[in-house]
Amino acid sequence: MTDSKYFTTTKKGEIFELKAELNSDKKEKKKEAVKKVIASMTVGKDVSALFPDVVNCMQTDNLELKKLVYLYLMNYAKSQPDMAIMAVNTFVKDCEDPNPLIRALAVRTMGCIRVDKITEYLCEPLRKCLKDEDPYVRKTAAVCVAKLHDINAQLVEDQGFLDTLKDLISDSNPMVVANAVAALSEIAESHPNSNLLDLNPQTINKLLTALNECTEWGQIFILDCLANYTPRDDRESQSICERVTPRLSHANSAVVLSAVKVLMKFMEMLPKDLDYYGTLLKKLAPPLVTLLSAEPELQYVALRNINLIVQRRPEILKHEMKVFFVKYNDPIYVKLEKLDIMIRLASQANIAQVLAELKEYATEVDVDFVRKAVRAIGRCAIKVEQSAERCVSTLLDLIQTKVNYVVQEAIVVIKDIFRKYPNKYESVIATLCENLDSLDEPEARAAMIWIVGEYAERIDNADELLESFLEGFHDESTQVQLQLLTAIVKLFLKKPTETQELVQQVLSLATQDSDNPDLRDRGYIYWRLLSTDPVAAKEVVLAEKPLISEETDLIEPTLLEELICHIGTLASVYHKPPSAFVEGSRGVQHKRLPGSAGSGESVESPDTGSAAGVPDAPPAVIPSQGDLLGDLLNLDLTPPATSGPPPPATSGLQLGAMDLLGGGLDSLLGGDLGGGSAMGAGFGAPPAATAAPFSAPVSGGLDDLFDLGGGVGMPMGAYSPPKTVWLPAMKGKGLEISGTFARRGGVIQMEMTLTNKAMSVMTDFAIQFNRNSFGLAPAGPLQVLTPLSPNQSIEVSLPLSTVGPVMKMDPLNNLQVAVKNNIDVFYFSCQYPISMLFVEDGKMERQVFLATWKDIPNDNEAQFQIKDCHLSSDAASSKLQGSNIFTIAKRTVDGQDMLYQSVKLSNGIWVLAELRVQTGNPIFTVCLKCRAPEVSQCVFQSYEAVLKN
Amino acid sequence: MSASAIFVLDLKGKVLICRNYKGDVDMAEIDHFMPLLMQHEEEGLLSPVMSHGNVHFMWIKHSNLYLVATTNKNSNASLVYSFLYKIVEVFTEYFKELEEESIQDNFVVVYELLDELMDFGFPQTTESKILQE
Repeated sequence: MTDSKYFTTTKKGEIFELKAELNSDKKEKKKEAVKKVIASMTVGKDVSALFPDVVNCMQTDNLELKKLVYLYLMNYAKSQPDMAIMAVNTFVKDCEDPNPLIRALAVRTMGCIRVDKITEYLCEPLRKCLKDEDPYVRKTAAVCVAKLHDINAQLVEDQGFLDTLKDLISDSNPMVVANAVAALSEIAESHPNSNLLDLNPQTINKLLTALNECTEWGQIFILDCLANYTPRDDRESQSICERVTPRLSHANSAVVLSAVKVLMKFMEMLPKDLDYYGTLLKKLAPPLVTLLSAEPELQYVALRNINLIVQRRPEILKHEMKVFFVKYNDPIYVKLEKLDIMIRLASQANIAQVLAELKEYATEVDVDFVRKAVRAIGRCAIKVEQSAERCVSTLLDLIQTKVNYVVQEAIVVIKDIFRKYPNKYESVIATLCENLDSLDEPEARAAMIWIVGEYAERIDNADELLESFLEGFHDESTQVQLQLLTAIVKLFLKKPTETQELVQQVLSLATQDSDNPDLRDRGYIYWRLLSTDPVAAKEVVLAEKPLISEETDLIEPTLLEELICHIGTLASVYHKPPSAFVEGSRGVQHKRLPGSAGSGESVESPDTGSAAGVPDAPPAVIPSQGDLLGDLLNLDLTPPATSGPPPPATSGLQLGAMDLLGGGLDSLLGGDLGGGSAMGAGFGAPPAATAAPFSAPVSGGLDDLFDLGGGVGMPMGAYSPPKTVWLPAMKGKGLEISGTFARRGGVIQMEMTLTNKAMSVMTDFAIQFNRNSFGLAPAGPLQVLTPLSPNQSIEVSLPLSTVGPVMKMDPLNNLQVAVKNNIDVFYFSCQYPISMLFVEDGKMERQVFLATWKDIPNDNEAQFQIKDCHLSSDAASSKLQGSNIFTIAKRTVDGQDMLYQSVKLSNGIWVLAELRVQTGNPIFTVCLKCRAPEVSQCVFQSYEAVLKN
Repeated sequence: MSASAIFVLDLKGKVLICRNYKGDVDMAEIDHFMPLLMQHEEEGLLSPVMSHGNVHFMWIKHSNLYLVATTNKNSNASLVYSFLYKIVEVFTEYFKELEEESIQDNFVVVYELLDELMDFGFPQTTESKILQE
């Protein structure tokens, strides 16, 4: 007889009948009834009405019946909190049952009843169970602390359960240790900054001892906990590694991956010349390979992690290419991951083998996989220079197969190969052109059009080919339209005589007949460029393009470090930091590898350098910060706002764009000025390095000099706060922006340091502000004329005007900024000291001051105190004057100096002030009066900042 | 750390049995599983982990059943898959075949096993020998 019979009651008065059975005197009947109830619960019927009757069955010696009742309780207690109290007594009693199984069952179930009211009744039984003589009860009680903490964290802390839990780390039973570690880790996760798991060498030693004896799951809890520890020195690091290494041969993949996580992390601390370091590297390869014989889902997790490991330490698996060859019966997700790793491992030594494999994959039946395989061939060509020729010929072979999607993928990647190795493989263009008609996917069409435009001078009938696309212009996707526009402009610049009509046709199609703002914008830019200065147009449109490299596929180093710390977890599978997909983890600190906090420089594994085809950072002439010569050169006669030699062609284009679009965030968002990311690998990328040695930061040199000599009595420069990070690299895809504001010579400057912490070169910088309280807006384009190489910083000064669109912000001095580069658009907000807006002619006439002071109602008066200010009133006055806060009159009453001051904001608002300074008293009092009292708080902040700096 | 809840579904996505371990993910979220799986399949993007909002589904398939774990944390994914396969192993030892029928026929034992195998998302004793005791 099986349990399925319980599912088959169909009578109408079911609940009623069950009720009767539950209250039966016969034990067997009771049990049967409870089973029926549970069966109904399983199929989703609501049997909560039976709550009191089921709870009545709780007091029984029959373990099976008890378990069923507990199960029922766990399901319905939440919906019947008042009745749940009825169960408390039995729980308390069961926790003292002579049978340890019943004690454990009771404490386990208690924690699952998530009813706040009964938690306090649980404390005493839980305390007893945590000290129980039976390890099975103790380990269950340990988990119960985590459950209780989840319901009522304060209670757990007040009751001292956390300390008891910490004590359990020293328990004699390894399972108890493992569960205590798991519970503490879980609790620590919701208390990110608590030092709950304060790991020290003694506790680590206890964990390592328990590691050898506990279950596979316990080993994972302990290893995951160890991974959060930072050893004090390399010796401790090595000794932990030595004791963790045996876990690498465990049959459970999860144990292996958690051990790999600990080793990958602690390895960072070992000196690279240490023998043990080399030994450890060698020991890591076999277990990683073994993971690939696990079940497919586990293989997938392993492969996603190997993908990270290969990027961090390529030397570990460099000889293991073959294990990543795809098997015919691999699920698609395993196949695709293997393919990706194959490319990462590809080198001159194994490229022949890899290409042979890839070629075979390209003839399989799974379309998605075939496409990826063809792409992979292209990536190999770009990564391993020596193989480029072979890759191209393989691709040509594939094109000959005439399989439509193969041909299209091949053309897309050949375009990239052309970009990478200019003037080398153009002989194949003829073959490509033969397939023009079969291309029906936008990406392939766009790629082909790019090729035709780029090599228009070598293709006799380039105009005919492009013209043929023009016929159905409006039916093409945006990608193709944009590319066609650029290609025809290129063609025109190369063969102006015979293509004038064509270019006019495309310009008019793009600008007049299209609803797409991207397309229209680009059309207008070309149009204006061509009509005003064809020579400049040629320089812009046909400029040399920056090189592309396979490194663009790599994960950004800071993210990679974080992901290595999360090996085995969902983060490592998604290749995203936990903060990106776990709610409430935003404030949690990002994990970092030890000894390498904050910098990507620690990636110095000996072999990364040998990865072929990695170009060195392109030469760029960017004067470093404080480059005196650069600053002196800038001591032009013109004020900084307009200083600097005329911008070269590149920024001419940006200027043109600004001109046309007239500002507003839109131009940044959709503008795609001169083509960029959206078009795939650097499609029609704008000319980048026009070797501009004059890109010195426009930081007013004269003011700098005055700053140096600024002593007492002489007005000092306006106060400028130190730079702070506005856009952290994590949020800027590797672009870090720190900055501040300054007012020099009557011009507001936004001074920024742009740092490239990503692996690829950054170009095409542009900036826009959102509307703000005082109409701040860039007075010109962001002048970053040379590409920004990885690990490079550049100082930029952006002059600002105050005539932009106005919208009141909260706080008032908040500024929302969008910065664009070739990678993406980034948003951040920063706050400027309002003193930047204090204009030079802010000194009010005495009479006017008196009249105004009286005129402004007292309600508008605001009073503030500045503490710890040790200046005399004269020094304060002089300091404030440097920031355009002018003293109009001074009065001394009873040893207290009263300074009457005025400030004028850039938008014409006057602020009147009375500053009271008592000799010997470090507390200043500022009294502000203004018709627009909302600015008072900001003005006061500026007073404080200026006086204290 | 690992799973919030474990579900056993039939091929149509109907829940045969489930166990809520942590209560931090709405049990009704499982209704999204099957549509999500079909959508992934159609797009040729089949993956052992899928997400809907902030809920992540990690799943395996055994004969005509889906075993699914849900979570909204950065769980140890390899632990979850290992554990799901361990469930298959233990159930198979108990019931010879793990399939829809054997689950219905033994639902009381299945509940008991789910209770013993995992506590608050932490896998516990999974050795069949010890469990039999």
